[in-house]
Amino acid sequence: MGMTMAEKILARHSGKEEVRAGEFVTADVDRVMVHEMLAFMIEIYERHNIPKKVWDPDRVVMLMDHYVPAPTVDAAEMHRKMREFARETGLKINLDGKEGICHQIMPELGYVKPGDLILGTDSHTTTYGAFGAASTGIGATEMIAVFATGKLWFRVPETIKFEIEGSLQERVGSKDVILDIAGTFGSDVAQYRSVEFHGSAVEEMSISSRMVLSNMSVEIGAKFGIIPPDKKTIEFVESVTDEPFTPVYPDDDAIYEAIHELSADELEPKVALPHSVDNVKSVGEVSGIKIDQGFIGSCTNGRLEDLEIAAEILEGNEVHRDVRLIISPASRRVYRSALEKGLIDIFLDAKAIVCNPTCGPCWGGHLGLLGKGERCISSSNRNFKGRMGHEESEIYLASPATVAASCIRGEITDPRYV
Amino acid sequence: MKVIRGRVWKFGDNIDTDLIAPGKYLGLPYEKLLEHILEPANPEFPSKVKEGDIIIAGKNFGCGSSREQAPRGLKDLGVGAIVAESFARIFFRNCIGIGLPAVTCSGVAGNFQDGDEAELDLRTGILKNLTTGKSFQTSKLPDMMLEILETGGILEMLKKGTF
Ligand code: SF4
Repeated sequence: MGMTMAEKILARHSGKEEVRAGEFVTADVDRVMVHEMLAFMIEIYERHNIPKKVWDPDRVVMLMDHYVPAPTVDAAEMHRKMREFARETGLKINLDGKEGICHQIMPELGYVKPGDLILGTDSHTTTYGAFGAASTGIGATEMIAVFATGKLWFRVPETIKFEIEGSLQERVGSKDVILDIAGTFGSDVAQYRSVEFHGSAVEEMSISSRMVLSNMSVEIGAKFGIIPPDKKTIEFVESVTDEPFTPVYPDDDAIYEAIHELSADELEPKVALPHSVDNVKSVGEVSGIKIDQGFIGSCTNGRLEDLEIAAEILEGNEVHRDVRLIISPASRRVYRSALEKGLIDIFLDAKAIVCNPTCGPCWGGHLGLLGKGERCISSSNRNFKGRMGHEESEIYLASPATVAASCIRGEITDPRYV
Repeated sequence: MKVIRGRVWKFGDNIDTDLIAPGKYLGLPYEKLLEHILEPANPEFPSKVKEGDIIIAGKNFGCGSSREQAPRGLKDLGVGAIVAESFARIFFRNCIGIGLPAVTCSGVAGNFQDGDEAELDLRTGILKNLTTGKSFQTSKLPDMMLEILETGGILEMLKKGTF
C-alpha cells in the first residue's frame, strides 16, 4: 500500500520501511531552528538544572527575529544570553539578528531540503513544507529534548489533500487561496493532520507563493503543510545549497483521510475579519471598512513578489492621509533586491514607512503597535484579539495587493479595481 | 497517577496562545508574565486560580503560536489539568512535555459552569462534575504520554536519562 509525504518522511527518519497514520515513531531530525524561544529555554535549563548540550552543533540554526533590533533592555538581555549559549555549546550556525525572519531565511540560506524532517520553536515552521520537507513547530521543553538527543516522538498523522486546479486571476494570490480554505473548512479542519497541496494552480505558483500555503497550514491546525517538490523546487534548492538530498513524493495509492477539490479560476481576493483566521469574506463584502494602518511583511507575505505587487499598486499613488503603511521586507536579501529594483523608492514616494526585516509588527512585539479601536489590514497570518497591540484593536488579514490598495483608499479595497 | 480535583475555570472555543500568554508581556521576566496568564479571557484568572484547578474549554484550545509560556504559565499558576473538546497540536504536545495533563472530552464545555467543582482520574479517564453529580469519559492517553506525565515531564526524564 502506498504512503503519503508525511508517512514517507517519518518512515525514512525512523529507520522503517513503512509507517502508517496513527503509529507512534521516534525520528531523527535533520535540522532545527531556534529563535528568541531559546531565551526561554535557557531559563528552563537554569531553573531545572539541565546541562546545556547540543547533540550536533552543525544542525542547529540559531537566530533572532522577534525583537530585532532589541527594542527594550529585557529583549537585549534575551539576545545577550542567546549569544552566550551559542558560544558555550559551540553552535556552528548563529545568524544573530542580521538576516531576517526565520521562515524566510531558513530556505533562503539553504537550510531546508526536500525530504528533510525539520523542527523549529515556532508554529509557522510548517513553511518548509513548500520545499517538500516535513517541518513543524514544537515548544521549548521539547526542543531541549531534541537538543540533547537529536530525536523526537511523532504520531504519524493522517493526511488531507487539497487539489487546486485552474489559474488565479491577476492580483489574486496564494494568500487568497489559503484564506479561502480557512474560511471554507475552518481553523481546525486539519488538526493533528498533515496537509498536501496538489493541482495545476499550485504547480503554476512561484516558490514564494507556495510558501504562503505551507506557512498558513498551521492556521487550519496542520502539523505539516507539504507540497510535493517539482523542477522549480529542485532548482531553487540546488541554487542555495551544495548538500545532497533525496526528494520524496507521495505514492499514487497513498491513503488520504479526505480529498478536497478547489478551483482557482473564479477565486476572489479574500479578507479574514477579526478575531479569527477562519472568519473569511470576499473583499467585495467588506470593502469600505475604514482602516488606520496597513502592514506588508512577515513570514507569510514579506517576500520580493509581495513587495513587487505592492509597488505596482502604490506606484504614482500616496498612502491615504489617515493611514500609515508599514513595510518590512522578510529578509536582508529581499530588502536588497527590493532596493535594486527601485521598489523602496516607490514606497518612500508613496509615504510608506519602510523598516528592517523583523517579526515586530506581525505579533505586536514592537514597531507599529495599534491603539484602542484602531484597525489594521495586514499581510501576516494571524488576527487574534490584541495580537498587534491594544485589546480593542482589530486586524484584517489579506494579500499584499489588497493591503496596498486599501492603504491608498483608506478603506478595504479590491486590488483588481485600483 | 494522582486524581486531580479543583474549581472549574470555563472557557469557550479557540482560546489562542495570545489570550493565554499575551505577546506584549512576553518580553517581561517570566515571573511578571505569570501575572497576566489568561487575563484577556478572564481578568480574575491569574490572581484567583488555585493549585489543582481544572480548565474546561471548547474546541481548539491553545491554538496559535508555539510559545510554551502559555501551558507553563498555566501549570506554574497551579492548573492541575485541562479538559477540552479539542486542542491545538503544539499546545497539546507542550502540555504533555511539561507534565500538565491535557485530555479531550466531547461535549464537555456544555456540561460545566465556571466555579463548579470537578475531579479527573487520569488512569481511568473519568471526569466528574461534583457540583451536578454527572460523570464523563475523557480520551485515554497512550501509555507513552502517561509515562511522561507520571515522571513529571520530559525534563525529569532527561535528568533520569529515560527520554
Ligand atoms: S513574522 Fe509573524 S508569524 Fe512569522 S515568525 Fe515572525 S511573528 Fe511569527
